[in-house]
Amino acid sequence: MTETFEKVEDIEIRLLLEALYHRYHYDFRSYAMSSIRRRLRQAREQLGFATISAMQERVLHHPEMLDDMLRFLTVQVSEMFRDPSYFAAIREKVVPHLRTYPSLKIWIAGCSSGEELYSFVILFREEGLEERTLFYATDINPEALAQAEAGIYDIERVRLFTENHRDSGGKGSLSDYYTTGYNRCILDKSLRRNVVFSDHSLVTDQVFGEMQLVSCRNVMIYFDRDLQDRAVGLFRDTLPRNGFLGLGSKETLRFSTHADGFREFVRDEKIYQRIGS
Amino acid sequence: MKDNPNGAIIIGASAGALEALSVLLPPLPATYPYPIFVVVHLPPNKRSVLAAIFDLKCQLRAIEAEDKEPVQAGFIYFAPPNYHLSLEGRTHVALSSEEEVLFSRPSIDVAFESAADAWGSQLTAILLTGANHDGANGLSVVVRSGGTAIIQDPTEAYAKAMPEAAIRACPDARIMTLAEISTYLQNIQ
Repeated sequence: MTETFEKVEDIEIRLLLEALYHRYHYDFRSYAMSSIRRRLRQAREQLGFATISAMQERVLHHPEMLDDMLRFLTVQVSEMFRDPSYFAAIREKVVPHLRTYPSLKIWIAGCSSGEELYSFVILFREEGLEERTLFYATDINPEALAQAEAGIYDIERVRLFTENHRDSGGKGSLSDYYTTGYNRCILDKSLRRNVVFSDHSLVTDQVFGEMQLVSCRNVMIYFDRDLQDRAVGLFRDTLPRNGFLGLGSKETLRFSTHADGFREFVRDEKIYQRIGS
Repeated sequence: MKDNPNGAIIIGASAGALEALSVLLPPLPATYPYPIFVVVHLPPNKRSVLAAIFDLKCQLRAIEAEDKEPVQAGFIYFAPPNYHLSLEGRTHVALSSEEEVLFSRPSIDVAFESAADAWGSQLTAILLTGANHDGANGLSVVVRSGGTAIIQDPTEAYAKAMPEAAIRACPDARIMTLAEISTYLQNIQ
């Protein structure tokens, strides 16, 4: 009886994801099921629906509910200079290579509310590379992109950001880059001078240019294996030989069909370098 | 080695975990027929040495899981610090950096619930010592899905709060001492 009940829920989830795709072109159908299941259970409870099917009926007929759904389905947990050792490795090991290019394009794929993007812009400014760099910050969630573009964060988070920045080998003080007011930390708008914000889906969209560095951390962990392969394939296509790919600390290309297109550049920090054609 | 084992063991622990796991895991033979998942609360921004320690102590291979790690019998998979561990069907481990649950990431509740989704009645979930209430909800999902729920006897636990909360949430769970759990694990081969 219990087993039957579980399966019904999985059918409901599949149908809801189909509805979101066909009605709104948001494609979560190849996301990792364990996480989608958990978040849809949360959404059902918190939005007060008896079943996931009931939630599907509502979102299908009421576009204003889409934002609620996206809030549950896209994960927005980030911090500036998250995993300081990753940014230290970018600074010490990757930047010397990037200096040899007259102009640079950097892609923060799945930028969410912008913390990772601004970390890169600040690091590049400190290293004297900002002027020659174009930063692409992409996400599928319009609310998150708007937050990224605003660059305003809760003041309570700034202490952590500051510690991370220092631990990553930051050269100035993080406070050089923001002002405060109304319990908010407002990032200097000059940090957005060379940033292009764009709606882009790793599920359905294509590459849009050659990049010297792609940072995509803790984004693909929400994808199933096949979708991970698609996304890594995009990065493989967008990176020239010797281009860099940075992943989250517990992500790996070990299980990817594209593993042969990369070598481990800084192993412990999951920074890969494109090899071959 | 079977790629799709018929059952699985999942263990959650917090304060006092190292000592308790040191009783349970080392006696298990290299031919143990189930995968074992272990979720221990850890400080978020430090590398963990748990998997390395138990890889030395145990006859089974112990590793810290990476995202989409294939599930194999005879392996012990530790949840890494600052990530939730869940099961993607019976074939892969999935990690996520979703928000903390009960101030914990990894969360025992999250891991237990997803393991119950994957293995149903073929899951054995064991909740050990700990000083908070994580695991109680997850263990009740295991019971509802027909799995076996075991709680360490709080009278001998290093920290009693976690097993006590689980006993309140899951009156049907079996309460055992570490020595009894150890024997149980060796006998279900």
